[in-house]
Amino acid sequence: MTTTDLEADAVRGGEPLKRSLARALRRQKMRALLLIAPLLIFIFVGFLMPIVSMLTRSVENNIVQDTLPQTVAALQDWDIDSEDLPPEAVFRAMAADLQIAIPDRTALQVARRMNFEAAGWTTMMRRALRAVPDWDLETDGPFRERFLDLHRDWGSLETWRALKAYSSEYTTGYYLAAVDRTMVSGHVEPLPDNQSLHLMLFWRTAWMSGLICFLALLLGYPVAFLLANIKERHANLLLILVLLPFWTSLLVRTSSWKVLLQDQGVVNQFLVWIGLVADDNRLTMINNKFGVIVAMTQILLPFMILPLYSVMKTIPPSYVRAAKSLGATDWTAFWRVYFPQSVPGIGAGAILVFIMAVGYYITPELVGGPSGMFISNRIAHQWYVSGNWGLVGALGTILLLAVLVLYWVYDKVVGIDNVKLG
Amino acid sequence: MALPTYASPLQRIWYYTFRVICGIIFFYLMFPILVIIPLSFNAQDFFTFTPEMLALDPAGFSLKHYEDFFTNSDWQQATRNSLTIAPMATLISVSLGTLAAIGLSQSHVPFKRAIMAILISPMIVPLIISAAGMYFFFSAIGLQGTYWGVVLAHAILGIPFVIITVTATMVGFDRSLTRAAASMGAGPVKTFFKVQLPLILPGVISGSLFAFITSFDEVVVVIFVGSAAQQTLPWQMFIGLREQISPTILAVATLMVGLSILLLATLEMLRRRNEKMRGMSPA
Repeated sequence: MTTTDLEADAVRGGEPLKRSLARALRRQKMRALLLIAPLLIFIFVGFLMPIVSMLTRSVENNIVQDTLPQTVAALQDWDIDSEDLPPEAVFRAMAADLQIAIPDRTALQVARRMNFEAAGWTTMMRRALRAVPDWDLETDGPFRERFLDLHRDWGSLETWRALKAYSSEYTTGYYLAAVDRTMVSGHVEPLPDNQSLHLMLFWRTAWMSGLICFLALLLGYPVAFLLANIKERHANLLLILVLLPFWTSLLVRTSSWKVLLQDQGVVNQFLVWIGLVADDNRLTMINNKFGVIVAMTQILLPFMILPLYSVMKTIPPSYVRAAKSLGATDWTAFWRVYFPQSVPGIGAGAILVFIMAVGYYITPELVGGPSGMFISNRIAHQWYVSGNWGLVGALGTILLLAVLVLYWVYDKVVGIDNVKLG
Repeated sequence: MALPTYASPLQRIWYYTFRVICGIIFFYLMFPILVIIPLSFNAQDFFTFTPEMLALDPAGFSLKHYEDFFTNSDWQQATRNSLTIAPMATLISVSLGTLAAIGLSQSHVPFKRAIMAILISPMIVPLIISAAGMYFFFSAIGLQGTYWGVVLAHAILGIPFVIITVTATMVGFDRSLTRAAASMGAGPVKTFFKVQLPLILPGVISGSLFAFITSFDEVVVVIFVGSAAQQTLPWQMFIGLREQISPTILAVATLMVGLSILLLATLEMLRRRNEKMRGMSPA
């Protein structure tokens, strides 16, 4: 064939081969994307966007400005470090704003917002709710004295400093609260110790997850090793003992731990029966950190064993045999030859278990008690009890960022497309 | 790892010690699941073995907790809710997930890694964050506290599992088969149902089992997105465990263990069938 023949071949249908190949490739890509699109849109609209929009609540703070626009404007000229109360104009603006806000029922929302930062706002606002609508803005001044008569906190510097500090449309306030800081005085400072909880909880979540991860590795490695090194028929049978817990409801496993670890539970009953523990001195194993660690290690153990096993299965036994034939002891052969080859499995299992543990809610809630609480439980508490959605967003963002970093590491180490289940 | 005949005494000791250690770990894995089964037949309202039970006296056992489960209207309603929500959620995640998994396993997919990362993310994001986010979203579009709200939320949570299992089976799929079907005149739809689907069916089924159990076990998201009318079995258990723990929970737990054994057996059967089919093909 000559070159001209080839060229003639390539220009089939008047189109160069290169271009028609490119078109075919483009069509193939389009088809793949079309197949993925419905799901991608579903996840995007139903999952990613809601989470992002929930997290933006952590910086949104328009309630103060929207409800008390004149007051916020009047406070602009007042120095937050000043030792004097704001001028009469601010109090008058407050009265004017409240006269609009009270019928709109937004005044209490401001009080609720400010209450997240400093206690006492609800009472102050309730007093104002009763009196302010009857005031005549033209004739009833000066308003500073009138506010002070309602509640003495209207005359405290802290009140106005806090209001000014948290009046901007976007705030870092919730993030500061999420790391136990406040700016009620106009400057960032640590919260008093009795209100500082979040950093401790983040730290506790991290170290307990780390410990659970380590324990799961300690217990999971021998089991995976055994499974990978016995006859496949036996391994498949033993694997059921790993897969059954994996498939059993999380709630079932948590409730059985609750039953087992109680003061009157099976474990204590057994310990009393064999005489290790006195009947009137039963061990407290639940509603503390111990209970959470024992239960979560058991619950997450299959997530460690399965990736380890799938890596160990691929390690050829001939390497260890070769090492031994060259004079290595059992230990050296394991530690220098086998173990390094199992490290990818350790990475996969450990990161997976850690990611899952960090976000755990159910188990710490049911067997943790106050001392075994994780950060997720705090988020749920802020949601239900305080309704502080900004703080939920801020705590959630920090937790999510930590998880995303781990997810990224997992992708680098294992590859998302290599996740295996059972 | 059989013990060779020339093993030294030390090696022998270690060989058996290692097996004992593994036995203890298996015990730790299984004991909490197994122990609730006999406890659920307790004739008393206790969570421990009564002396009658330990003596295997028939008077110590009864079915009263099961009776309570089957007659109590709260538990029955919860069971019905779980059984109507989980299959619908499974259907949605499996149909969309399978389609996407087929798309993802084509040879040229732009942004494959990023897409994969997004589709797997519902499994990674802490549930409490997903739940809070979905609460606001479903409230805004009027689905909060409705059946469909819970179904869609659960469908999202089940998708990563479908994607993972179906893409895993797609890896072993012989692409020339679809080409062969096309060359013989079958359209893409017919090729899919007659050639592709039967071959990837084990993956699709195990994916749907995962999606089903995800929805069936899920507590956090349903509490946020659902209302009392969508109270599911795990939700009812969660309330029972947090407030007053009633022994009926043990009966429910035992039934749920039965369900997981059933699911596991199905999966195991599928795996064997799949292996056999692959063993026959001249790979």
